[in-house]
Amino acid sequence: MTNLYKTIPVRSSEITPKDVYLSRRDFMKAATVVTGAALLAACAPKAAEVTQNAAPVPTSSSATDELGNPVNSYEDITNYNNYYEFTVDKQGVAGLVGDFKTTPWTVEVGGLVNNPKTFAIEDLLKSFPQEERIYRLRCVEAWSMVIPWTGFTLASLLKMVEPTSDAKYVRFETVYRPEEMPGQKSPFYPWPYQEGLRIDEAMNELAILATGLYGEPNVTQNGAPIRLVVPWKYGFKSIKSIVKIELVTEMPATLWNNIAPNEYGFYANVNPDVDHPRWSQASERRIGELSRRPTLPFNGYGEQVAALYKGMSLTANY
Amino acid sequence: MKKFPYTPLQIAIHIYAWSGIILLIFDLVTGNLSANPIQDLERRTGRHAITLLVLSLLCTPMNTIFKWSEPLKRRRALGLYAFMYATIHVIIFADLDYGLAWSRLIQEVIEKPRLLVGFLAFLTMIPLAITSFDIWKKRLGKNWKRLHQLVYLIAPLAFLHYIWSKKGNLLTLQGEVAKPLIYGLVIAIFLIFRIPPVRRAVASFSTRMRALIPRKNQQPKVDTP
Repeated sequence: MTNLYKTIPVRSSEITPKDVYLSRRDFMKAATVVTGAALLAACAPKAAEVTQNAAPVPTSSSATDELGNPVNSYEDITNYNNYYEFTVDKQGVAGLVGDFKTTPWTVEVGGLVNNPKTFAIEDLLKSFPQEERIYRLRCVEAWSMVIPWTGFTLASLLKMVEPTSDAKYVRFETVYRPEEMPGQKSPFYPWPYQEGLRIDEAMNELAILATGLYGEPNVTQNGAPIRLVVPWKYGFKSIKSIVKIELVTEMPATLWNNIAPNEYGFYANVNPDVDHPRWSQASERRIGELSRRPTLPFNGYGEQVAALYKGMSLTANY
Repeated sequence: MKKFPYTPLQIAIHIYAWSGIILLIFDLVTGNLSANPIQDLERRTGRHAITLLVLSLLCTPMNTIFKWSEPLKRRRALGLYAFMYATIHVIIFADLDYGLAWSRLIQEVIEKPRLLVGFLAFLTMIPLAITSFDIWKKRLGKNWKRLHQLVYLIAPLAFLHYIWSKKGNLLTLQGEVAKPLIYGLVIAIFLIFRIPPVRRAVASFSTRMRALIPRKNQQPKVDTP
């Protein structure tokens, strides 16, 4: 937004000393929430408690991301999930994953490649060195978390299968097992979940296939046993429980784009300047925080990925 | 001994309406809200508001179909409770969620149809809540009924606000539309019911049906005051 205030000369006697205005700000902050004081007072202890709960599972190498944002607790990450294959209720997913079998598991990698191969999950864990990546996750619904994943780059897997020169896009597919995933019985979604990336996006060093969380094997509600994580895009691009990866020529269809093409584009890069038609993307609520924080272009990963979209309109290619 | 002054229906309405708030406070205090507590509060207060609104629309059909007149007297309580939840919902949105950042709030309400219809529904409820007292009913005469028919506008606005807040597509009926659609269908049925010919047809059908029922079951249960 533009600043409408003009500079006007001010006598030094009129300027409020810093300590006074700081305490005044604190007071205004307190006054602002007066109507919700009881609510806030009750929320605050929870936030503090959550941070303490994170302590018993301290297996992330750092307590913050590279911008200094604290990592969310294991508790929050595993109990607040968008995984519509189970339920649309984010708090309900963790309670519904009991029937889901993550072993045996294979991932079929094929399409326009020289070495198509079906990998057992154990082989993927063995063949590719697993490393930790602490990434921000920005949901299209305008909430966000910081999550310590473990996994390996998608690029390393793609290099192994050798995409042909005709391969322009990568298509991903989630397992389809309605008997284990009750949400897949819902007739309102074109299951199975599918997603896609342009091949240069897929080869970017930030794009990983995550197999673990907080140093532990991944749990079903977070996409076990293997899921995509593309941190500069809205969370729905990071497809979970992958069974198939295909190299293709045409831009693949994606589930949310099929449902509402004007709302969920193929690119879905985090962008505070391009709103969802029904809500703003300018700010977000970080889980564990009460006030909103501004959303960063490319979710703060512009330095690594902005070049992928050089010369492209980010408004037209939302 | 004085007769217990409340009917079972009255008790049920008051218990339902206050249990929503009590459960909210209980979950807040015990840390049982989701990891996104403010959104949780917004969703729950919004759902209570629209549920109570729908229940207030149910009263007239109950009277027409079952010749049960007591619900007509409970519309005010249902409507006021709906307004109470809508007010809490708006306060949470403006204060806890947006920290009373007015310029941003106004901009978003204007730009986003989802917020605009919700806010219009809330604004329209205000004069209805204010004039819900008997004194206003007398003072406004015939206009009171006309004014309160604004609820036929409020309910569809609230439905749009609800379904547009979900990741779904109203036109193709895909995505997260199941629950809002149930509300939408119920609202549509209740509104269609109020079209005069429909209402007359339902009333005469119900009278004919009741004529077939043995007489002793037909005794009105409501005491005359």
